[in-house]
Amino acid sequence: MEQSEENKKKVVVRVCIGTGGLAAGGKEVIEAFKKAITDFCVDIELDFTCHYQKVGCRGFCARDVLVDVVDGDTSVTYQGIKPDIAKRIVEEHLIKGEPVKEWLIDASYYAFHAKQLKILLKDCGTIDPEDIQAYINVGGYSGIKKIVSAMTPEDVINEIKASAIRGRGGAGFPTGVKWEACRKAPGDVRYIVCNADEGDPGAFMDRSIIEGNPHSVVEGLMIAAYAIGASLGYVYIRAEYPAAVDRLKLAIAQAHELGYLGNNLFGSGFHFDVRIKLGAGAFVCGEETALIASIEGERGMPRAKPPFPVHKGLWGKPTVINNVETLSNIPYIIRNGAAWYSAIGTGKSKGTKVFALTGKVKNTGLIEVPMGIRLGEIIYDIGGGIIGNKQFKAVQTGGPSGGCIPAELLDTPVDFESLGRVGSIIGSGGMVVLDETDCMVNIAKFFLEFTQAESCGKCVPCRIGTKRLLEILDRITRGLGKEGDIELLETLCADVKAASLCGLGQTAPNPILSTLKYFRGEYEAHIREKKCPAKVCKDLLTYSIIEEVCTGCGACRRACPAGAIAGDKKKPHRIDPEKCIKCGACFDVCKFASVSRE
Amino acid sequence: MPKVTIDGKTVNVPEGITVLDAAKRLHISIPTLCHHPKLTPFGGCRLCLIEIKGIPRPVTSCTTPVSEGMEVTTTSPNLESLRKTVLELILSDHPNDCMVCERAGDCTLQELAYFYGIRENRFEGERRIYTKRDGNPFIERDMEKCILCGRCVKVCDEVEGVGAIDFAYRGFKSKICPPYEKDLDCEFCGQCIAVCPTGALTGKSWKQKGRQKEVREVDTTCGYCGCGCNLTLHVHGNEVIRVDSKADTINEGWLCVKGRFGYNFISSHDRLKKPLIRITLKTRDASRVTRNEVFREASWDEALDYIAERLKSIRDKHGPDSFAGLSSARATNEENYLFQKFVRAVIGTNNIDHCARY
Repeated sequence: MEQSEENKKKVVVRVCIGTGGLAAGGKEVIEAFKKAITDFCVDIELDFTCHYQKVGCRGFCARDVLVDVVDGDTSVTYQGIKPDIAKRIVEEHLIKGEPVKEWLIDASYYAFHAKQLKILLKDCGTIDPEDIQAYINVGGYSGIKKIVSAMTPEDVINEIKASAIRGRGGAGFPTGVKWEACRKAPGDVRYIVCNADEGDPGAFMDRSIIEGNPHSVVEGLMIAAYAIGASLGYVYIRAEYPAAVDRLKLAIAQAHELGYLGNNLFGSGFHFDVRIKLGAGAFVCGEETALIASIEGERGMPRAKPPFPVHKGLWGKPTVINNVETLSNIPYIIRNGAAWYSAIGTGKSKGTKVFALTGKVKNTGLIEVPMGIRLGEIIYDIGGGIIGNKQFKAVQTGGPSGGCIPAELLDTPVDFESLGRVGSIIGSGGMVVLDETDCMVNIAKFFLEFTQAESCGKCVPCRIGTKRLLEILDRITRGLGKEGDIELLETLCADVKAASLCGLGQTAPNPILSTLKYFRGEYEAHIREKKCPAKVCKDLLTYSIIEEVCTGCGACRRACPAGAIAGDKKKPHRIDPEKCIKCGACFDVCKFASVSRE
Repeated sequence: MPKVTIDGKTVNVPEGITVLDAAKRLHISIPTLCHHPKLTPFGGCRLCLIEIKGIPRPVTSCTTPVSEGMEVTTTSPNLESLRKTVLELILSDHPNDCMVCERAGDCTLQELAYFYGIRENRFEGERRIYTKRDGNPFIERDMEKCILCGRCVKVCDEVEGVGAIDFAYRGFKSKICPPYEKDLDCEFCGQCIAVCPTGALTGKSWKQKGRQKEVREVDTTCGYCGCGCNLTLHVHGNEVIRVDSKADTINEGWLCVKGRFGYNFISSHDRLKKPLIRITLKTRDASRVTRNEVFREASWDEALDYIAERLKSIRDKHGPDSFAGLSSARATNEENYLFQKFVRAVIGTNNIDHCARY
């Protein structure tokens, strides 16, 4: 007897299609599963039906594509899946019932998650971001339904104030206080804007949240709009996030279809709609007044504050600008209550924070941790320590506006105040781990290159000041540093911080100041001894061959692109320093460690 | 009327004015490069930074509105040191060629550099180098001297409503230019030149004709149209080398392309200085008669008598309606009134019209 389709058991294959998942081949993996199932159907009758579920970022991007196979109550997770492995999983696991051991997640996967507390990323990695029903099934849109029927805008503001959530975009301003100021500002038209112009190098929290759970942002916008008295919201999102833009558009369209956006929502008389404004990729447009200028069609240049946007923002009207992560938290706070939220975290920093953990750490990806967790726990427990078991040197937090925190401060709790005290910031949540092979002067230079290129050019200290800072750093890394350069850096850093117009310039010197604070010796070595202790700065390196070790195999000679290495076979080779371009090819290729780099 | 205290002096000022304007009322000067009283505040040069009690960081006085009880300090060692840094930074990216600059002696940047005694510069480094290739006939744009104060952009947008130029690029490479960096193609009102605080924008026609301290200023009225804008002629020797207008005039200092640049006729060889009467010279040679029309100089009396006589004879012969008078927008109201009066009452016809009707 043939089993009817309905009676067959359901097996769900859940595949990550966040940006990490897509890049690792998430879509191809789904297709490969579908093809494998179809191929097997030709020969044998399957006793199950296979359903595919696309989910957003699951955090552990280093192990993408992550695939869950859910069979009844049991769920098995695979990591690093490529399309060609799909067939094996279908054959061995789905048909024969034996999970493919070599692709199963290992201990590090559990370690990666053990100290995390997932609120935003929980739904993000389990529901289909392209299906509004999936969000509704996990309680989505119950927050807005609850407040329009049972709470006044003031109640909502009080609830958010009681939760003590602070802005996740960088400055950490209390969200409830911002909403209240806007609600109280005179005028009858107000706007709510979602800042999705995430631009820090190495940061992808907002992108992943929108890609993985766009409806939470839409609901957050609705709740904020209700609280401040806005009927139109904007999402300012960078055009370089095509998947996020598409899913957000889809989310808005689906919300419209179900009557969750539009006029007289839920019969409450509350009107709200969302528009998407694409940013052209200027980092400075993440600054709220520049963002406003950009939405208004002007060049994205910051405006002087006061007046603050809550008093005079978009089109001159009172405006609240909240970051994606902030808004995404709002529905969960409304659903679970302020007390639930404020119980998470520490001191003045409540809730969880999503970080993009990248750099020289073993487990890279997106993590969500309770505020107050120690830096060391993030790097060693979640991150699994340094790649190649090299020595940890520093962690750069907060992107170009942040600073580097050295090994001796790994006990620092991750919250707004503590990171501020050690000369860095939480910022939007970038976390770049550096090891002994990273030159701190070079790291500072990297961030200054970024801020200089992204300066809008409006104010002198930022436009020319960061250029001069970069030039000083550049000459230090090229061995042309002079006595007094460190002091000059310090003076100029202080003046650029004090005199710049917006947050970009005011924080641009932070990478220099924090590396100077903790790694001054490295600067001094570059300037005085003309040495780069981390052996990164090319101009300060000398390559030579240790004659006693060299076997004369000729590998270095063949690898040298400049023809700087000569020597007879089986006799020690020599590098002509005049010709050497210090590319390091000989160092990398030598199997006998006979190339010395000093 | 909020009461504010600036550098220990207390004054009541109108609601909504900026600290910079409030300081002006107290005759306290705050240095600035990007501020222009007739344009919206920009806040980019960062020279007008001030300290306000209760605000942790210095703010720009040009953008900060006063509020009740505000206590302002406009000068302190910290502020002066910040201003000096800002000036040094600007000068580190500015050609050191005041010796040949048109604006030397009339340049806010030069003035401030002098005032702050900037001879050594701690921040020497790369300078922007641009090739001058603007093919427009009026405005010399030396973008290496541009300090990006944005005044030209604002005047073009806010006063002229043209928007011919704007900021382009980012970071150190930021510059002011027309779209796609093409040659300037605008109305050439030259308002941008008038507000430029440095030598970045100057008139092509006044190059090397004389600097500001050598000129005598003569106030007059523009004759190009009926608006009657007030002009200030900059006279060097006996030659008008430049035209500008003062801010407190009927036209608020703004001019159009004709008023600002159309002054070359003054010392032109072709300029009419005396009336000319056209005469026909007949020359006869062996086979034919040749007629040549030439002009001969006449006195005003003779010329006017001649016109009156011809008008009278035509009217007598063909009647007043054989005339029509067309008046011009370039004439003043009074002149237009007189002209229609002349046509109606003296000539005796209603055939009178005005170019502005078409």
